[in-house]
Amino acid sequence: MAKRSIPEVNAGSMADIAFLLLIFFLVTTTIEQDNGITRKLPRWEEVPPPNPPIIKKKNIFTVVVNKKDELLVEDERMELKDLRQAAIDFIDNGGGVSAEGEKCDYCQGARSPESSDHPSKAIIALKNERETSYSLYVSIQNELGAAYTELRNREAVRLYGQGNTFTSMNAIYKDPKVKDAALKEKLDKRLKKLKGMYTQFISEVPSKTN
Amino acid sequence: MAKFKKKKDGELPQASTAALPDIVFMLLFFFMTVTVMKDNSLMVENKLPEADDIEKLNRKNDRVMYIFAGKPVAGYEKFGKEAVLQLNDKIAQPSELKQFIHAERALRTEEIIPFMVTALKVDRNANMGLVSDVKQELRKENMLKISYLSVKKPEAK
Repeated sequence: MAKRSIPEVNAGSMADIAFLLLIFFLVTTTIEQDNGITRKLPRWEEVPPPNPPIIKKKNIFTVVVNKKDELLVEDERMELKDLRQAAIDFIDNGGGVSAEGEKCDYCQGARSPESSDHPSKAIIALKNERETSYSLYVSIQNELGAAYTELRNREAVRLYGQGNTFTSMNAIYKDPKVKDAALKEKLDKRLKKLKGMYTQFISEVPSKTN
Repeated sequence: MAKFKKKKDGELPQASTAALPDIVFMLLFFFMTVTVMKDNSLMVENKLPEADDIEKLNRKNDRVMYIFAGKPVAGYEKFGKEAVLQLNDKIAQPSELKQFIHAERALRTEEIIPFMVTALKVDRNANMGLVSDVKQELRKENMLKISYLSVKKPEAK
């Protein structure tokens, strides 16, 4: 008997099937990456603590936004674009000593006795109303966060050399693709130090409920 | 003696399409690996505010819980004209957040819960009243890590 050849499977429609799958995945998926301003909320207390610590007025930087989206910083009207520099000047003032009695030797501010004593004592108090728009609120949070980032970047470059900014080191540290444990540990130490130098204190005064 | 078939003049050989499925499969696998499934359709307007001091949020590790808010889009006008919350795929009141958080926690393993981040996807035209209510509920439920999701501000020149 003659050898019967096996008939070849027709693969012509394979491409169509694959295209169909491809289009399905293209439609149902998203590539977008979420970016955001991360903040930590204060713990909820049923009863407010009886003796709140007394904070000197000069160590508080008040930012108030009203329902018309107007900005009041330290009792003066201010434009959003000037907020970052004002916050930096306040945090970096270093006019006095920290709680441990140390002077701020890395601060480059004006050292005015009317402004904050030490970055570890400087508190930013943010107050908004219920009618304040969310976009302005996020812009303010952004500017205040950026003030800290800018100061940390400045110190990072001073301590660890050009190119080693806080932002770039943080990005490497947070990157899940970087597996080098020794590098991560080194970065962690540096980041902790920088965060310790300029610790973020943004406190939110609760808006009145109607 | 073997004879070679002489090609007819002027006729182009047909392009082989045998490699086409391979190419398409390659594309398919690429998209399967780099993308994330869209898991809820939006019923509210969601134009995020702009910011530049932002951090990337890694959403592949299941730590992120999303809360949407904004004005209801066309087709959902029955929920009013003011900004509302959207949890999963329904419009909700801030008082329903508690249940939602408990349900989200139940979906995750014990080890992840302390590291959970709440991503607030709030429309830029919403007002702070709604966001304050959400934040208060989150504080009561001890979900203290939040992220105000925003889009990168175009570089100012």
